[in-house]
Amino acid sequence: MSMAAEERSVRAPWALTAPALMLFVGVLLIPLVMTVMLSFHDWGQYKGIEPVFILKNWHEIATDPYYAEMFWRTFRIAILTTVLTALLGAPEAYILNRMSGRWKSFFLLVILGPLLISVVARTLGWALLFGGNNGLVNKLLMSLGVMRSPIPFMFTETGMVIALAHVMMPFMVLSVWAALQRLDPQIENAAMSLGAGPVTIIRRIIMPQIMPGVLSGAIIVFSLSASAFATPAIIGGRRLKVAATLAYDEFLNTLNWPLGAAVATLLLVALVLIVVGSNALIERRYAEVFR
Amino acid sequence: MRRNGPLALIFHAIFVIVMVAPILVVCLVAFTPEGFLSLPTNGFSLRWFRTIANYPEFIHAFWVSLGLGALSSFVALLFAVPAALAIARYRFAGRDALAALFLSPLMIPHVVLGIAFLRFFTSAGLGGSFAALIIAHVIIVFPFALRLTLAAATGMDRTVEMAAVSLGAGGWTLFRRVTLPLILPGVISGWALAFIQSFDDLTMTVFLAAPGTETLPVRMFLYIQDNIDPLVTSVSACVIAITMTALILLDRFYGLDRVLAGKGDTGR
Repeated sequence: MSMAAEERSVRAPWALTAPALMLFVGVLLIPLVMTVMLSFHDWGQYKGIEPVFILKNWHEIATDPYYAEMFWRTFRIAILTTVLTALLGAPEAYILNRMSGRWKSFFLLVILGPLLISVVARTLGWALLFGGNNGLVNKLLMSLGVMRSPIPFMFTETGMVIALAHVMMPFMVLSVWAALQRLDPQIENAAMSLGAGPVTIIRRIIMPQIMPGVLSGAIIVFSLSASAFATPAIIGGRRLKVAATLAYDEFLNTLNWPLGAAVATLLLVALVLIVVGSNALIERRYAEVFR
Repeated sequence: MRRNGPLALIFHAIFVIVMVAPILVVCLVAFTPEGFLSLPTNGFSLRWFRTIANYPEFIHAFWVSLGLGALSSFVALLFAVPAALAIARYRFAGRDALAALFLSPLMIPHVVLGIAFLRFFTSAGLGGSFAALIIAHVIIVFPFALRLTLAAATGMDRTVEMAAVSLGAGGWTLFRRVTLPLILPGVISGWALAFIQSFDDLTMTVFLAAPGTETLPVRMFLYIQDNIDPLVTSVSACVIAITMTALILLDRFYGLDRVLAGKGDTGR
C-alpha cells in the first residue's frame, strides 16, 4: 500500500462516521447530561426551575415512601411480566421450531408481527377485552368455570401484567427461537436412541441449551417492561403509577421538571446496572454456549 | 426430530388465539353499527370509519406521523449508510465503542429520551416544533437503519467494486453506481423498519408533541385517556392495516425473522 492510500484508510473510517458521531454527541449525549444536571436543580410552584445545585429532589425520592412504593410496583410488574413471558414464550418457541416449514413461517409472522403494531392499538384491545365486570375475559373465564365471580382487570396490576406480557411476548419468543436455531437436532435424536423419555430430553437436553436464550429474552422484556409507558398508562389509569407514567405526570401536569428528571435518571441508572450486571452473570455462567 | 404432540398443539392454539385476540377485537369493534362499544353482532357497518372524517385532528395527526416517519428514516439513513460502510470495512481504534454508541438508543428507555429531548429542545427554543420531532426520531430510528445497512454492507461482494475501480471509477461514481445498488435491499428494508418504529412511537413523542405537531399515536393516546369509544377503534384498525401492509412487504422482500432478529437486544 502506498503512503497516500495508507493514510486514507486511517482517515476514511473517521470521515465516514464523523457526521453520525457529531449528531449523537450533539443531540443525544448533551441532552442526557442536561437531564442528569436538571435533577439537581430546584423548583417551586411560582419561581419555576432554578439552576442551582441541590440534592432536594434526590432527598425527596429517597425519603418519601411514595417513591419507594412506586419503584417497587414498577419492578414487581416488570418481574411478573418477565416470568409470565418466559413460562409461556419458551415452550411456544420450542413448539414453533418443531413445525414444518410453511406453518412455521406463518405462525412466526402471526406471533412476531404484533411487535410492529402500534402499542396503543394493542393495549386498547386489552382494555376492550377487560372492560369492567361484563368484559369478554370475565365472561369467558366464568363460562369455563375457572372462577365464579368477575375479577377486575382494568386499573389493576393483574391487568397491567397480562397486557404487558402480551406486548413483550414476541421478544421472548424471538430470543428463545434464536437459541433453538443454534441447537443441533441430532443431540435430541441421540438422547432418544439412548432411551431418554420426552421429559428427560426436555429437562436435560433442551432446557440447558435454550436457557441463555430465555435469560437474554428476560433481560430485554424486563428492561422494556420496567420503562413501559403506554400500557401502564391506559390499563393502570391515573392512580396506579409506575416510573414512566409518574415522570410523565411531573413533566406535563405538575411541571416539576427537576423531580421528573430525578425519577427518570434513577430509572435509567437502575436499568443499566441490572442489564449490565445480569449480562455479565449470564455470560460467565454460560461462557461455553456463547463461544 | 419428533412431531408436536396433541398437548403441544392445544397449547399452541390457545397461545396464538391470545396473541391475536386483542388485535382482532379492536378491528371487529371498529365495524360496529351501534353508537357504543360492542361487537358487530347485528351486521357490519362502516359508520365509525366515516366518522373519522369529522375529526380533522386525527387526519392531521396521521399526516404528521407519515411525514415524520418518512423524513426521519430518510435522514437517519443519510448518516447511517456512511457509518455502516466504515464499520463494515475498516478495523480502527474506537470501532466497537462507536458501534455501541450508535446502537445505544435501543438501550435507553424512551421515557428518558423523551425527557432529555424535551429539556434540550425547550432550552434551544425549538420546543414542540416539527424540526425537534424530526431530530429526536432520527436518533431513535438510527439503530434500526444502521443495523440492516450494516448487514448488507458486511455481506456485500467487494470484487464488483474492485472491478469498477480497475475500470477507473472512484469516489462518488463508485458509490452511486456500484456500492449503493449492491446494498440497496438492506437500505430499503432499514428505511421501512425505521419508518414503522417512528410511526408507532408514543413514549418519547408524547413528551415532545404540541398541538399541531401531535402524531397519530399521541392523538390516540390522549383521546383514550379521556374516553374509549368506537371512533378510536376504527382509527386503530386503520393503523393496524397500514402496519400489516408494511409488514407483509417487508416479509416478502427481506424476511421478517431477519429484520427482527435481535430487534431489542439491549445488552449485546
